[in-house]
Amino acid sequence: MKELLWLIPTLPFTGALLLILLGRKLPRFAVSLIGAGSVGLAALITILIGIDFNSSSENSFQQVLWTWIDVAGFKPQIALHLDALSFVFIFVITFVGFLIHVYSTEFMQDDEGYARFFTYLNLFVSSMLILVLADNLVLMYFGWEGVGLCSYLLIGFWYLEEKNGYAARKAFIITRIGDTAMAIGLFMLFKAFGTLHIQSILTQAPQIWTVGSEGAVIIAFLLLGGAMGKSAQLPLQTWLPDAMAGPSPVSALIHAATMVTAGVYLIARMHVVFELAPLAQMWVGIIGSLTLLLAGFSALTQFDLKRILAYSTISQIGYMFLALGVGAWSAAIFHFMIHAFFKALLFLAAGAVIHLLHHEHNIFKMGGLKNKLPAIYWTFFIGSASLAAIPFVTGGFYSKDAILWLSLAGEKGNVGFFLAALIGAFLTSVYTFRMVFVTFFGTEKTHVSHPAGNRMTIPLIILAALSTFAGFIELPHSIAHVELFSDFLLPVLPAITLQEGAESKEWIVQLIAVVISLSGVYMAYYFYIKKPELSDQLKASSIDFHNFWFSGWGFDKAYDTLFVKPFVFMATINKQDIIDKFYDELVQLADFLHRVFAWTQSGILRWYMVGIVIGAILIVTLSLLVGS
Amino acid sequence: MILLWFIIILMAGGILAWIAEKWNADLSRWISFLALSINFVIAVMIWSQHDFISIEPNSVWIADYAVNWIPVFGISFHLAMDGLSLLMLILTFFLGMLSVLTSWKEIQFKVGFFHFNLLWVLAGITGVFLTMDLFLFYFFWEVMLIPMYFLIGIWGHENRRYAAYKFFIFTQASGLLMLLAILGIYFIHGNVTGTYTFDYFQLLNTPFEPGMARWLMLGFLVAFIVKLPVVPFHTWLPDAHSQAPTAGSLILAGLLLKTGAYGILRFVIPLFPDAAHDISKWAMLFGVIGILYGALLAFSQTDLKRLVAYTSVSHMGFVLLGVFAFNELALQGVIMQMITHGISTGALFILAGSVYERIHTRDITQMGGYWKKAPFMGFIAIVFVMASLGLPGLGNFVAEFLILVGAWNSTHILTILATTGLVGATAYSLRIMQRVFYGTEIKSNHAFEDLSLREKLMMVPLVLVIVWLGFFPQPILNTSKIPVMNVIEAQSNTRKENVALEKLNTNEVLKGDNHE
Amino acid sequence: MNTIPVEAGLLLAGILFVLGMISVLVRRNIIFMLISVEIMLNAAGLAFIVAGSRWVQPDGQVMFIFILTMAAAEVSVGLALILQIYHQLKTLDSDAANKMKG
Repeated sequence: MKELLWLIPTLPFTGALLLILLGRKLPRFAVSLIGAGSVGLAALITILIGIDFNSSSENSFQQVLWTWIDVAGFKPQIALHLDALSFVFIFVITFVGFLIHVYSTEFMQDDEGYARFFTYLNLFVSSMLILVLADNLVLMYFGWEGVGLCSYLLIGFWYLEEKNGYAARKAFIITRIGDTAMAIGLFMLFKAFGTLHIQSILTQAPQIWTVGSEGAVIIAFLLLGGAMGKSAQLPLQTWLPDAMAGPSPVSALIHAATMVTAGVYLIARMHVVFELAPLAQMWVGIIGSLTLLLAGFSALTQFDLKRILAYSTISQIGYMFLALGVGAWSAAIFHFMIHAFFKALLFLAAGAVIHLLHHEHNIFKMGGLKNKLPAIYWTFFIGSASLAAIPFVTGGFYSKDAILWLSLAGEKGNVGFFLAALIGAFLTSVYTFRMVFVTFFGTEKTHVSHPAGNRMTIPLIILAALSTFAGFIELPHSIAHVELFSDFLLPVLPAITLQEGAESKEWIVQLIAVVISLSGVYMAYYFYIKKPELSDQLKASSIDFHNFWFSGWGFDKAYDTLFVKPFVFMATINKQDIIDKFYDELVQLADFLHRVFAWTQSGILRWYMVGIVIGAILIVTLSLLVGS
Repeated sequence: MILLWFIIILMAGGILAWIAEKWNADLSRWISFLALSINFVIAVMIWSQHDFISIEPNSVWIADYAVNWIPVFGISFHLAMDGLSLLMLILTFFLGMLSVLTSWKEIQFKVGFFHFNLLWVLAGITGVFLTMDLFLFYFFWEVMLIPMYFLIGIWGHENRRYAAYKFFIFTQASGLLMLLAILGIYFIHGNVTGTYTFDYFQLLNTPFEPGMARWLMLGFLVAFIVKLPVVPFHTWLPDAHSQAPTAGSLILAGLLLKTGAYGILRFVIPLFPDAAHDISKWAMLFGVIGILYGALLAFSQTDLKRLVAYTSVSHMGFVLLGVFAFNELALQGVIMQMITHGISTGALFILAGSVYERIHTRDITQMGGYWKKAPFMGFIAIVFVMASLGLPGLGNFVAEFLILVGAWNSTHILTILATTGLVGATAYSLRIMQRVFYGTEIKSNHAFEDLSLREKLMMVPLVLVIVWLGFFPQPILNTSKIPVMNVIEAQSNTRKENVALEKLNTNEVLKGDNHE
Repeated sequence: MNTIPVEAGLLLAGILFVLGMISVLVRRNIIFMLISVEIMLNAAGLAFIVAGSRWVQPDGQVMFIFILTMAAAEVSVGLALILQIYHQLKTLDSDAANKMKG
């Protein structure tokens, strides 16, 4: 069964290829069959391989397809590597990806670019699978850039709007900045190890470097740069809110569930390097905690449904980075998985709402949808509960609680991280339920065109179930002590060591977390249901803060003045190429000399005579002088 | 003998095509296409039949042909082909076929003479890639220059005269410096050994005084870096590229620039290993400046062909960086870059030509939203735009990545700067997509049709080749392995000798000390 | 026999030559320019004669005959040209014949 591993990325790729070649000629039904079917098959194979893999004693499985490049010891192969970590990722990618494909067959059914949409989506799934299955960093970089391309294409999917194109370009360029750092990291790794094969690097690294080695630290920082770009972490986070220009299924798949977590995958995959570079690892945590706070505040002020979710995604990935930073590897991956479920759910449900309200994005123009769209309301509510970490019944509670706890009690954790995570948790539940209350409660303001169909609601229900029940595979010590997930990951990612004597305090932390998230919900209730006028007063009294947060802490503006404008200015003033001026001057000089000599050729006979006479005198004088 | 046929077929084809115009203009197109495809098939057959991996390092020459030409001066008609030449020839004939196809509708004026010039440029390029006699090399260098001047000057766009003169003067002036250097080698070698010859192999191990070697090397280098082109000698390129007809831009970008890189690999480094090593840091610096400066300028252009032309400046910077990094990784990357750049930039020029045929402007501010009307064209454009920004899975990535990995061994700061060039590449490449294919269509009177069958016939092979090179670059890398090893050996041998000599000297000094 | 000193003869030749040269330079009438050229030629001839008599050699007189022949030829060609110029330009001003400038 495991030998079928190569089919997992190949199936969606073949789907994309078929759609490129035949897409415009096929009927919509066939397009959906190819598009969703290929991903569905890949998901099926993934599950089968997972069963096989789980029952076998081996911890990993390699499959070499062919040698890509072989030059002077640089020998990256097109080879796949399956272990617990990559399995979690391919499961999420294929399974959530399949659900989103199914959803899209209804969501996009009236769109002109139906086949094009599925082409890109399949190509994305395939690239993302290569990214997580790659056994060497060059192939991972291949997937890394491939998902970047698909993200670009899908953000700019509705290309007739010029601003979508700009948003797509922004996303591509900003992630490319991170990729450049990552590429330099790869050069250094190759120089240090003579190979870019991930497993060899991971085994050799502790022999070459000691903890805190300069090489390890620099490389870890460079890899972190790549991760920051892809995962929209500070200071490269600005592209993600704009990326919401793409269709909602795209936001769900790429900009929530899978691609943006590639940075988390990269750091988890290269965890040995990060453990050897404590400074870099600490910065992973710092960046994560700063990002989750910043994005949390920004999410509070947004009124575009998808932008709230976008900031929320940035914030939740901040949690994952925080977990990575304190060495809680499996907690980060667990939160990734749960987040993929509930955030995909939220985006899909939000997409459905927007779709059914004739592309209305502003939550303050919605309201009262609870009764009109019950299926969407309930699934959205479940997703929100999970995002806000409503205690005990949601998956999000267990995954976030683990991070909260480990950010304090983990060996590398400290109070700073813990407080950041705690404030973030409070903000999360406030903005989440603000969104829920404003959108679904109150009075109806917009007409609903038609109820959502089955192909949209069924994926929502499945995801709602997953985001609730998937949490129960990893429960904290204080409740039931289930560790299925981290045991599964143990061969790949080491378990976290706790600070001494911390275990007994776990229930206190949990209690605080429970109180925090519930009070957040209550605050949202108080401000948006009970006394809605209070929220307007608050907004009016702190309009400056509001605008500052609303604009994402002014990062866009700062980058615009610091980088974009100078670059464009330099490019514009030099459009004619200053170096060409030099050659123009040369031409001018030649032209000037030409004029001078041409002027002596006056055509007046007596001038020539003067010339002859002067010349003769000069020659005679010179010959006399030289002669004597 | 087969090598001679490559050139004869092209030259004879050119003359025939000129004559054939009297009866039928299409006949001369067909003759040119046929001549090029015969050459292409022969070259590909040689490539597929030759075993490049297991051959002895010394027997790198697949074919060799030499007859005396002007024996009094030691000039022979000496052609020889190794893996590097063969790859370049295949590229030449492939792009040559495309340039005939792309001119099918575009050129309607003096068709016969156009194809004569086209084939003679290609014959000159073929000669440059094959010749092993420096005098003959200079001869072919000029052969490819003059027909190109006519191609730009007669069939170019509105500002063609200026561009043609500029192209001619830049290349001619730098070529004269190379002629001086060739004569310099000729006389020095004659003085030292007593045999006056222009033969490459005999000149290879000429000993030079370091100062002299530097000047001679610079003479060669100037000719090649003007062709490549390297900032600050690049300014002929945007004018020539943007004013030339599509076929001309295709040949300029795809092939003429490669003769510069080829010349550095074939002549500069093997003939003057030490002098080349001495300037390597500077050369790499200029390579990086080219990458960044080209990217900046490409970003600011509004003329589509000019934009693509500046991307060439940027991409050729990688070539210079890689050549002077002197290691196998980088040099293999350079050869990949020569091929993939020829294909990707060639394709972008063909696209620009197709757009120009439809709307009669090259100004991207007047374009927009063509994806809707021409989705196939948009698809092709996205492939080559991505190739130009170095997306993995397409050939250019393999090339650039190898160059950068290799360059990291010799210089860290410059490699980092070169890598940031990838961000610049993203900015200018996506600008093409944004301006031409995204957004709403600007109203124009011209009907914008999707690619015709002929255009698809050009584009689909290009896409296949660039994807093939991205996934399976190994056949190319195997072919160029031995030539690359030879270049490196030429480098390291002399270095070793020098080091050995220095060691010997110091040993003697030490011994001398002991005796005292 | 009392002879004129050679310096006096050469001085006369020099003065004649300079006079001729100056008038070539300042005259605009093309016929006068031709006459001035003749004066210069004759000055040169005079210098030959003086030199010939100084060293009692026939070469000086031989050279003068050469110059005389050449001057005759020159005048005939020159006059033909002048006629043509007058024909074409309707003037004898040499500055008018500047069609070949630049």
